[in-house]
Amino acid sequence: MSDALTDRVLRVIAATQRLPMESVTPDKSFEELGIDSMDGVNILFALESEFDISIPDEEARGIQTVGAMIEGVRRLADAAPK
Amino acid sequence: MRRVAVTGIGAICGIGHNRHEFWSSLRTGASGIAPVREVDMSELRFANGAEVQHYRPADHFSEKQCDFMDRFAQFAVIAAREAAADSGIQWTSELRENSAIVTGSCVGGQATEDQGFQAIYKEGRNRVHPLTIPKTMANAGASHISMELRITGPSFTFSTACASSTHAIGHAFWMVRSGAVDLALAGGSEAPFSFGILRAWEAMRVVSPDTCRPFSKDRTGMILGEGAAMLVLEPLEAALARGAAVYGEIAGFGMSADAAHITQPSPGGAAQAMRMALRDARLNPEQIGYINAHGTGTLANDAAETTAIRQLFGPHAGRLAVSSTKSMHGHGLGAAGAFEASATLLALRHAVLPPTANYREADPDCDLDVIPNVARELAVEYALSNSFAFGGLNAVLAFRAHTT
Repeated sequence: MSDALTDRVLRVIAATQRLPMESVTPDKSFEELGIDSMDGVNILFALESEFDISIPDEEARGIQTVGAMIEGVRRLADAAPK
Repeated sequence: MRRVAVTGIGAICGIGHNRHEFWSSLRTGASGIAPVREVDMSELRFANGAEVQHYRPADHFSEKQCDFMDRFAQFAVIAAREAAADSGIQWTSELRENSAIVTGSCVGGQATEDQGFQAIYKEGRNRVHPLTIPKTMANAGASHISMELRITGPSFTFSTACASSTHAIGHAFWMVRSGAVDLALAGGSEAPFSFGILRAWEAMRVVSPDTCRPFSKDRTGMILGEGAAMLVLEPLEAALARGAAVYGEIAGFGMSADAAHITQPSPGGAAQAMRMALRDARLNPEQIGYINAHGTGTLANDAAETTAIRQLFGPHAGRLAVSSTKSMHGHGLGAAGAFEASATLLALRHAVLPPTANYREADPDCDLDVIPNVARELAVEYALSNSFAFGGLNAVLAFRAHTT
């Protein structure tokens, strides 16, 4: 599924990881993209700034794919006061 | 080469204001982890730390002295005073020239810097306090100890993150062993409870929202600690000749670099540092009875450290006792290695191994005998103390019990 939120998350991940946009797709795992735990923390930081949300450690811990990250951000962004 | 004895210990941290309180807490498995009081934690994702409880600088220093010393340097001097007094050493001008001071600190006086930067960036002031630089520098602890005890020999500071004071004690040990100096005060100090520093730790997502549970399956991260510990090192022969009480010997020191990742631990580098410490001490792995682990309580460290211990010790890993005292005094960063060297020496001296506190659930990735929650009466001849820093810089000390 492609929408504005998905594109923003993909863009943040690509920019943070210095990866070409086209290589970051929702079906990719962090492992496939070479994203380790410290990279993951960097991405969370960038997403928190991009969406003005706070991503709790418990929510972040199990996320291992780009798709799961998009859905996690969507949940928090929807819950955030508009 | 000389054998090197430890004849004095000084400690101030979240589980005690001196070595007696420190040991009493370790022995009873009493954790010093509690809600942080010095900093308003309401905006942070974690609330707990192992602060020095009810610390009052005026109990130890004049107002004028306090003006010149960040909290981390104060702790360094308090621990050095205690260690020197404990050793019963009689200072002469010759000994002062031939004594070294080697300290470790990770963040130094960054709390002072944090306040100064807050004043200019947030409050819009146009200057910082003129003592910001001398209070912030990581070597301030060593410098104030030298002035306090009037030691004029080689004095310097290591800053290798969480291995700082193990590097410091190891190099001091080598200097005494080689005859470069006749005595050394070595250890480390840290005082990281300042809002900006805590924010930076929060951002790494490695600090536990409740407590430090090393090697436990439900562990959720590290807990920051503060304080200082200092050791007095001297040649064993000289110590015995003057009738000093000996806590134990430092038998070897090993170092390595993971050369892999800036934060993720690598079992290979950790195993190599332990192997180097054994080689330096001329020991076989089977001679080690206890390891005071780096054991931070993060998912990554404790599993990697277990792998490293299994890699190096093979079947003997199943017979070793291993514990992480960070579960009680917290992660003292640059002071951690000094807390843990002190804990290991006291354990050898009293023939009681301190436990891993807050332990709840066995983890197949950490399948070692971690002395859960209750100290163990056990005389051990040789022990290791592990320190594995961010940046992949590892340092390990080997200790030998002293029997009279």
